[in-house]
Amino acid sequence: MVRIKSREDIIFDIFNTILMLILIFLTLYPVWFCIVGSFNEGLDYMRGGVNFWPRKFTLSNYRVVLMEPRIKDAYKITILRTIIGVITHVLFTSLFAYGFSRRNLIGKKIYGTMGIITMFFSGGLIPSYLLYKWLRLLNSFWVYIIPALFNFWNVIIFQSFFREIPESINESARIDGANEYQIYFYLILPLSKPVLAALALFTGVWHWNSYFDSMVFTTSQELSTIQLLLMKIIRSTEGAANVASRAGEMLERQRDISSTTVQMATMVITSAPIMMLYPFLQKYFVKGVMIGSIKG
Amino acid sequence: MMIARGTELAHSKPGKKGIFNEIWRQIDIQTMVWPGIIFMLIFNYLPMYGVIIAFKNFVVTSGFQGFFTSKWVGLKHFADFLTDPNFYTVLKNTLGINIMGLMIRFPITIIFALFLNEITNDKFKRFTQTVSYLPHFLSWVIYGGLIIKILSVETGAVNNYLLKWGIIDEPIFFLGEPKYFWSIAVISALLKELGWSAILYLAAIAGVDQELYEAAIIDGAGRFKRMWHITLPSISGTIVILLIFAISGILSSGFDQIWMLQNPLNVDASEVIDTYVYKVGLQQMRFSYSTAVGLMRSVVALILLLGANFVSNKITEKGIF
Repeated sequence: MVRIKSREDIIFDIFNTILMLILIFLTLYPVWFCIVGSFNEGLDYMRGGVNFWPRKFTLSNYRVVLMEPRIKDAYKITILRTIIGVITHVLFTSLFAYGFSRRNLIGKKIYGTMGIITMFFSGGLIPSYLLYKWLRLLNSFWVYIIPALFNFWNVIIFQSFFREIPESINESARIDGANEYQIYFYLILPLSKPVLAALALFTGVWHWNSYFDSMVFTTSQELSTIQLLLMKIIRSTEGAANVASRAGEMLERQRDISSTTVQMATMVITSAPIMMLYPFLQKYFVKGVMIGSIKG
Repeated sequence: MMIARGTELAHSKPGKKGIFNEIWRQIDIQTMVWPGIIFMLIFNYLPMYGVIIAFKNFVVTSGFQGFFTSKWVGLKHFADFLTDPNFYTVLKNTLGINIMGLMIRFPITIIFALFLNEITNDKFKRFTQTVSYLPHFLSWVIYGGLIIKILSVETGAVNNYLLKWGIIDEPIFFLGEPKYFWSIAVISALLKELGWSAILYLAAIAGVDQELYEAAIIDGAGRFKRMWHITLPSISGTIVILLIFAISGILSSGFDQIWMLQNPLNVDASEVIDTYVYKVGLQQMRFSYSTAVGLMRSVVALILLLGANFVSNKITEKGIF
């Protein structure tokens, strides 16, 4: 429908576009500022005034970060927990959701009530801490995986998707003698790719971004996730000085780094996977939220 | 009467043996569900039961069994919190940051959704939306780090420009002065979550009947009038629901955000219930006390949720339940 725009319309559009451009700037600029800093020579950077473009370009900050063994280890742990965490969570939760979505399931009401209560109430930090201690999960890699296996919010998202799959598909498989496990693995999972993708992404981002469990439930350096390490580096100036001074020893003659620029390089490297995948995956994120919010 | 009910029961409910047979016949879907149920019993319900240590004198050395064996002390820990010298500061900061956040972020999110919806160029609309969601997927460790860097005294862009434009003569240590902390917390949360929190409004706006707009255009209503008289009333249900949830969350600041932005210099303005519970509980090992504070907060949150829902049902005839 083509309509000639009135003057009011045009003024409104201009005003609205400017407003949105300001917003886009405010959203992206902090990220850009950090990227610029991470490519600038450290000592030069400390003079201030580097806002939009590196003044003295260098890759030294990244060289330092990538050579730091603690960062490498933390990166490895984070990748490992993300991959294992996503696969186990999606399988465990979707299997439950499939069983739960069967209309003839005995005890469905009790199971559902149990689940909904967990969505709104929790025991809090201390009782969980004591529980994990008792289960010997403290200071173990599995403290990242096992408590995150299951989550009733995601059950609801899966279930609302499974309900849309026509019953006739299951029926014909059942007549052919398939049991429910075979139906789930060979029929339901392949049909559920969109919702699997959305939930895998959400879970993956959650695992990638988490530091709190690492901070509270582990004490050993080897189990630290990259976000926890970064948190420590940024939050305590000692931590920062530590990395920079150790790095300083390595690059004694090349005095072109500073703790600030090294921190910025670490931030860029830590968020790189999300930033790079985001443009391609964002439609799945939005889809996931829509499924959950409208039907849930 | 008694007899009638008895026979009814006998007819409708199978005996014990019957139920076990029924379950056995669907043992495959039952076994799909049981692992999740066991998970919830262990990882959700056991800790919920563990909340009773808020009413006990739990000592670290007694371990998990201490849930059951430690001595009851009633409401002692709750009384301790209310008379704690930190109580006033912690409550003031929590309420201050959250009420200020609610008053600023809530309306701006709605306005953003309304204006985003008015963008006529589809590509630009999608681009704006995509960009606005991005910070939601960055952790607070990263985003807090960005805020710290951009506000830094020597090298931060904010100080750089304020100095360059002659608005200030001396650089300001924004995160070192308590008086700026609330604003920084509110604005940074606004910037990070604006796009994402608008999603539900946008979904609601997408469902508005287009004929209403056509009719309004024929009546000569401009853009603002259409926004005000059609879009806004159409999403009022969503607004009410999200407002009720926002009000019930007024005692829980995002731990991650505050934890990242907090430092020894601004702690007077940045200590909130969440960070306090963590410090007292796990750093000072006062498990019972910390659990009591956390429990008190949950109870208040629940009361606020029910209260806001009640008020909303009375005034707007809309609510969550």
